[in-house]
Amino acid sequence: MFESLSLLALQQYWWIIISLLGSLLVFLMFVQGGQTLLHIGKTEMERTILVNSLGRKWEFTFTTLVTFGGAFFASFPLFYSTSFGGAYWVWMAILFCFIIQAVSYEFRSKPQNFLGKKVYETFLLINGALGTILIGTAVATFFTGSLFSVSDLNSSRWEVASHGLEAALNLHNLSLGLAVFFLARTLGLLYFINNINNRPILDRAYKQLWLNAIPFLFFFLTFLIWLLVRDGFAYDPVTKVVSMEPFKYLHNLLAMPVVTVILLLGVVLVLYGLFMAMFKAATKGIWFTGIGTVLAVFSLFLIAGFNNTAFYPSTFDLQSSLTIENSSSSKYTLIAMSYVSLFVPFVFAYIYYAWKAIDKTKITEEELNNEHHKY
Amino acid sequence: MTEQFDYSLVDWSRAQFALTAMYHWLFVPLTLGLGFIVAFMETIYLKTKNPEWKRITKFWMTLFGINFAIGVATGIILEFEFGTNWSNYSWFVGDIFGAPLAIEGIMAFFLESTFIAVMFFGWNKVSPKFHLVSTWLVAFGANLSALWILVANGWMQFPAGMHFNPETARNEMLNFWEVLFSPVAINKFLHTITSGYVLASVFVVGVSAWFLIKKRNEQFAVKSMIVAGVFGLLSSLFLAFSGDTSARLVAQKQPMKFAAFEGLYNGSHGAPLMAFGVIPGEKDSTSQNYLSDIKIKIEIPNVLSYMAYLDPNAFVPGINDLVDGNKEQGIMSATEKMDRGKLARKALREFKDAKKNGDTILYNQLKAKFAEPAFQENYFKYFGYGFLNDPKDLIPNVPISFYSFHIMVLFGFYFIIMFALVLRFIYKGSLFRKRKFLYLLLFSIPLAYIASQSGWVVAEVGRQPWVIQDYLPTVAAVSQIDASAVQITFWLFFAVFTALLIAEIKIMTKQIKIGPTEGGN
Ligand code: HEM
Repeated sequence: MFESLSLLALQQYWWIIISLLGSLLVFLMFVQGGQTLLHIGKTEMERTILVNSLGRKWEFTFTTLVTFGGAFFASFPLFYSTSFGGAYWVWMAILFCFIIQAVSYEFRSKPQNFLGKKVYETFLLINGALGTILIGTAVATFFTGSLFSVSDLNSSRWEVASHGLEAALNLHNLSLGLAVFFLARTLGLLYFINNINNRPILDRAYKQLWLNAIPFLFFFLTFLIWLLVRDGFAYDPVTKVVSMEPFKYLHNLLAMPVVTVILLLGVVLVLYGLFMAMFKAATKGIWFTGIGTVLAVFSLFLIAGFNNTAFYPSTFDLQSSLTIENSSSSKYTLIAMSYVSLFVPFVFAYIYYAWKAIDKTKITEEELNNEHHKY
Repeated sequence: MTEQFDYSLVDWSRAQFALTAMYHWLFVPLTLGLGFIVAFMETIYLKTKNPEWKRITKFWMTLFGINFAIGVATGIILEFEFGTNWSNYSWFVGDIFGAPLAIEGIMAFFLESTFIAVMFFGWNKVSPKFHLVSTWLVAFGANLSALWILVANGWMQFPAGMHFNPETARNEMLNFWEVLFSPVAINKFLHTITSGYVLASVFVVGVSAWFLIKKRNEQFAVKSMIVAGVFGLLSSLFLAFSGDTSARLVAQKQPMKFAAFEGLYNGSHGAPLMAFGVIPGEKDSTSQNYLSDIKIKIEIPNVLSYMAYLDPNAFVPGINDLVDGNKEQGIMSATEKMDRGKLARKALREFKDAKKNGDTILYNQLKAKFAEPAFQENYFKYFGYGFLNDPKDLIPNVPISFYSFHIMVLFGFYFIIMFALVLRFIYKGSLFRKRKFLYLLLFSIPLAYIASQSGWVVAEVGRQPWVIQDYLPTVAAVSQIDASAVQITFWLFFAVFTALLIAEIKIMTKQIKIGPTEGGN
C-alpha cells in the first residue's frame, strides 16, 4: 500500500509521525515537570508518594524520547548527522540529564545506594529543569536556525565553536525553552491532582498551579506571537532554493487551515483543562490540557516542516538548510519504515490497557505501604 | 587522494564509544537472561501455587529491576552517540542503519517499558495470569530489542542488501529482508542473546552458592540453582555451537579479523588451530615479511582449516596474505585495493564537480559508470580502502583480538562443565558439602562478565580499521568536532558511569544480603 505513494508523500507521512512523537514527548514531560515539584511534599511520606506517582510513568517519557530519536534517524538521517554531530554540547547536556534520571527512581530509596537519597532527588530535579528547558530551546532552532554547512557529499559541519550552546543565547529559543519548562510543571501538577489521593498534597498542587500556568501562558504566547511575525525559511518547490520569507509561519497557518484548526483546538483545550482545575478544582484537567498540548505542539511541528519550509534552517549558509525533501531516507527505506509504523496504534492500545490496569486505584499512603516495589 | 585525519579526535571518539558500550554491556546480558529466568520461576509459581516460588520470583525480580534501570541509563547514550560522535557514518549508512534503531524503539522498548510497570506494580492489581504474561513480555521485549540492534551491528560487519547512490553520496537500502536475515546478523543475535542467558545463569548460580555458603535460605538457593543450572547448561551448549558458526562466518566475510583473533600471520593449507600462544610485539619481528610469526605456541593441526571451511585442507589466509596479496590464492593486495578505492572516490568527486559545473555530459557519463556492475564489482567495492594511507592500516590489534578471543572460548567451555557439575551435585544431593565448589561458583560470576566483554572486544577491535567493513573506515566516520570536546565528555561519562556502577553494585549486594525475606504473600 505504501509503495504507491510518491517520495514526497512518504516524506510528509514521516514528518507527521515525527511531529506526533515530538508532541507526545512534550506531553509526557509532565514527568519532568513533576520532578521539579517534589518540594510540595512536606513529609517523607508525601515525597515518597510524589516520587512513586511519577515513577510508574517515567519510562514512557524516556522510551518516547528514544523512539523519537530512532525514528528521526531512520527517516531524516541528514538531520540526525547534522544536528547531533554539530550541536554537540546541547545534545550531550540533554543526554546527561536523562542518564541521571534513569537510575534515580530505582536507586533513590534503596539502602546503601552510595550517593544518598538527596543526590538522586537532585538528579530528578536537574533532569526536570534542565532537560525541559534544553529540549525546548533545541526545538526552537527549527524556526530560528543554526550555524552549520552541508557539503555536496552531504557531510556537515558546525560553523561555530560553541557547538550548540549558542542556541541558548537566542531569546526566541529561550522563550520556547521556558514555555516547555512551565508547561511540564503545569502538566505535572495536573497529573498529581489526577493520580494522587492525599489532601495536603492536592491543596498545595492547586496553589502551585497558578504559579506555573501563568508563566507558561506568558512564555508560550511570547514564543507564538514572535513566531508568527518573524521571517521564516522558505524553499522553492521547483528549484529547491532556500530564501527568507517575511511572516513565513503565519503564511503556513493561512495556507494550511487544518493545521490552524488543530492549533486553535489545542490552545482551547489547554486553557479549558487549566480553567477546570484552577477555578473548579476538577481532577480531570490533565486530559484536556494534555491532549491540547499534543495538538498544539503537533501543529507547530507541521508548520516547521510543511508548506515548503526548511525545518532545520542554516543561518550560516541558507542553501545548506535541511528540508523534509533533501534530508530524508531513500524511498525504499521510507516505505519499509512505513509498514513498521503500522505497529504504532497497536503500541498505543497496549499502553492504554496496561496503564489503566495500573492506575485503577489512586495512589495513597495506604496503597504504598502495601507495595513491594516502592521507589 | 590522501588526507589528514585528526587521529586524536578519532581515538577519543573511539575511546568514548568503547567506554559507553562496555558499560552498557555490563548490564544488558543480565537483563537478557534474568528476564527469562524470572519468567520461568513465576511460571512454576503459577503451576505449583507454592508461595516459596513467589518469594523466589520476587527476589530475582528486585535484582532485575536494579540492573535494568542502569542498563537503560547507559543505553540511551549509545543511540544518540551515532549522531553526536559519528555523524559522517550516520549519513553514509543512516538509510540502512537508522531503520533497525527506530524499529527497536517502536517494537521492543515500548513493550519492555509498558509491561515492566505491570510486572513491578501489578502484583496486587492485575490477575496472576496477566501478571505472568507481562513478565514474559518483558523478557521477550528485551530480547527483541537485542535483535534489532544486533541486526544493525551485523550489517556493519557484513553489509548486505544495499547499493551506493552517488547523487546522495550514501548507501541506500535495496532489500530489508537481506539486511534482517543476513546470516551474520542472525548468528550474531543468537550468539549474543545466549551469551546473556549464560551470564545470567552464572550470576544466579553464583549468588545462590553464596546463600549455601552462608547456610541461609537453602531451599530458596537450591531451587534457584536448578532453574539457572538447566537454563545455563542448555544455553552454554548452544553458545559454543553458535560461536563456532560465528567463527566460520567471520572467516568468510572478515578474513582479516579471523586471522587476527586466531593469530595466523602466514596462511596455509591445512592450517592448525592455535590453542595457546604468546604474540610478539612488532619489534621482535625477524621474519622476511614485516609481520613475524608466533614463536611460542601450542597447535592442533588442520583444525583451523576445518573450522573455517569444513575442509581440513582448505587454505586459510593469514594476515600477511591479506596485506601483501597472494596470487596463487587469488587474494588481491592491500595496495591494489587502496588504488581502486581511490579511483572510486575520485569518480565520486568528479561526478559532484560535474554536477556543480553543469557539465551534463560528464555528469551522465559518470552516473552511468556508477550504475555499471563492473565498476561496482571492481572499484566501488573497495571504496573504503580509498581512505587508507598505509597497507598496514588494515591490520587490527592482533594481541588484543587474539587474547580476548581465547579467553572467551576458554570460559565458554568452562561454563559448560560448571553447569553440568552443578546439576550433577544437586541431583546427588552433595552440593551442600562441597564448599570449595560453592566458592568456585561464587567467584565464577566475574568470569562471565569477562568472557562477555571479551566477545565484544573480539567483534569490534577485530573489525578495525573499519566501521563498515570495506566501505567506511573509522577515521572517516567521525563527527568534525574538537578532540578536546570529546575528551571532556569521555571523562564525564567515565565519572558518572563509574559512580552509578558503584551504586549499583552496593545496592545489589545489599539486596542480596537482605535476601528473599518479603513478598511471599
Ligand atoms: C564456547 C566457545 C565460543 C566461541 C567459539 C565463540 C565465538 C565467537 C566469535 C567468533 C565471535 C566474533 C563474532 C564476530 O566478530 O562477528 C564472538 C563474539 C561474541 N561472543 Fe563468543 N564464543 C564463545 C563463547 C562465548 C562466551 C562464553 C561468551 C559470554 C558469556 C561469549 C560472548 C560473546 C559476545 C558478547 C560476542 C560479541 C557479539 C558477537 O559478535 O556475536 N562468547 N564469539
